[in-house]
Amino acid sequence: MSDSDTLTKTGLVTLTGVNKHFGELHVLKDINLSIAKGEVVVVIGPSGSGKSTLCRAINRLEPIDSGDILLDGQALPSEGKALAKLRADVGMVFQSFNLFAHKTILQNVTLGPLKVRKTDPKQAEKRAMELLERVGVANQASKYPAQLSGGQQQRVAIARALAMDPKVILFDEPTSALDPEMIQEVLEVMVDLAKQGMTMVVVTHEMGFARTAANRVVFMAEGEIVEEASPETFFTNPTSRRAQDFLGKILKH
Amino acid sequence: MFSVLTDNWPLFRDGFWLTIRLFLVSGVLSLIIGTVLGAFRVSPVPALRGFGTGYVNILRNTPLTLVFAFLFFGAAKMDLALPNPFWTAVGALTIYTSAFVCEVVRSGVNTIAPGQSEAARAVGMSFFQVLTIVVLPQAFRAIIPPLMSVLIALLKNTTIAAGFSVVEAGSIPAAMSERGENQLVTLLWITIGFLILIVPLIFLQRWAERRTAVA
Repeated sequence: MSDSDTLTKTGLVTLTGVNKHFGELHVLKDINLSIAKGEVVVVIGPSGSGKSTLCRAINRLEPIDSGDILLDGQALPSEGKALAKLRADVGMVFQSFNLFAHKTILQNVTLGPLKVRKTDPKQAEKRAMELLERVGVANQASKYPAQLSGGQQQRVAIARALAMDPKVILFDEPTSALDPEMIQEVLEVMVDLAKQGMTMVVVTHEMGFARTAANRVVFMAEGEIVEEASPETFFTNPTSRRAQDFLGKILKH
Repeated sequence: MFSVLTDNWPLFRDGFWLTIRLFLVSGVLSLIIGTVLGAFRVSPVPALRGFGTGYVNILRNTPLTLVFAFLFFGAAKMDLALPNPFWTAVGALTIYTSAFVCEVVRSGVNTIAPGQSEAARAVGMSFFQVLTIVVLPQAFRAIIPPLMSVLIALLKNTTIAAGFSVVEAGSIPAAMSERGENQLVTLLWITIGFLILIVPLIFLQRWAERRTAVA
């Protein structure tokens, strides 16, 4: 059996029996999820369902109480250098962008490659400019994050994640903090990424994105994965009561 | 009034020169050790956090005179070989001031949104990199004013060394009284001397604040 066979079998990201509490609150209940290489998984659900926590647990920004999370067959180390090394392979895009406020747009994209990967500065800059070009903000390269619109900042954040050549990118509600007119420009970049075969885990309320770009929709409620299906099946024929309720509420208007 | 200063110029000059040296050496050491302690207090390692917290709670609540007394007399009792009085005074001032620097640094770190360090960790940076590349440079702006207050307090605290046979500016009044000089005028000159020493600190603060102003 070749390496890629094992990978398809075990998945690029595998969560087994993952549990997490915030004090009394049981936010992740026995989560089992496997994400294959090149797959785009959209996680949806009502707020407080644990979907953001799930996303953040995958690169251990949120430590878990029990269970296993494997990345490319490797268990997530608990702290230190090994964890940092593993995180370098997992891109993350946050709801509130979190661009480094004291660095220029270009520096935001080159910082990881330079400091973590020790890439040659010339090469890091060249690659960063290509990525900024790709997300359409190359002309803002010398500005600071605060001088850009939310949509532009979020596209820079995607470029920053891509600069590390990640195996998978996690999107934690990437469009929830954006003004409506800017959502589309960010989604377009994401759809583009999905088409190019990037492995993505996307927590979002954008059902349009789920329909067009997702290979699989994971519906969460109260810390559990309630339903998993292809977008087509999920949106036209949800099996669980909670998913039907949820879709009924958001798809009416 | 002027004769009090001019007649005793070497006394004033040597006293203040020693004050300046005490201040500069303990200032630099306190900034370094205090920053390291501050890093301890926000680190993911419980033992380091505990050490930082313990250090701050003990040293910040011990009167400086007592810290001096421990080093000058206590250490002698325990047969510890101490360096000359100057370096012992530097030790006492540094141990004490580091605790305050530590808290200023920690409060500065707390002003930075958690998202900044999360993003840095997500890129794969180590704790040290997150702190030195992303958090501290941004925190620096917020900590300039309180840090300057700590440094000014340190400058004035150097006068405690006079009580421990270090002949800095704080020891001038005693020497002057032996010489039968006017005490009030002496104190006025020393006050003016300290004001003059503080002026560069104020300018340093202004300059640092301007330099770190957000774009």
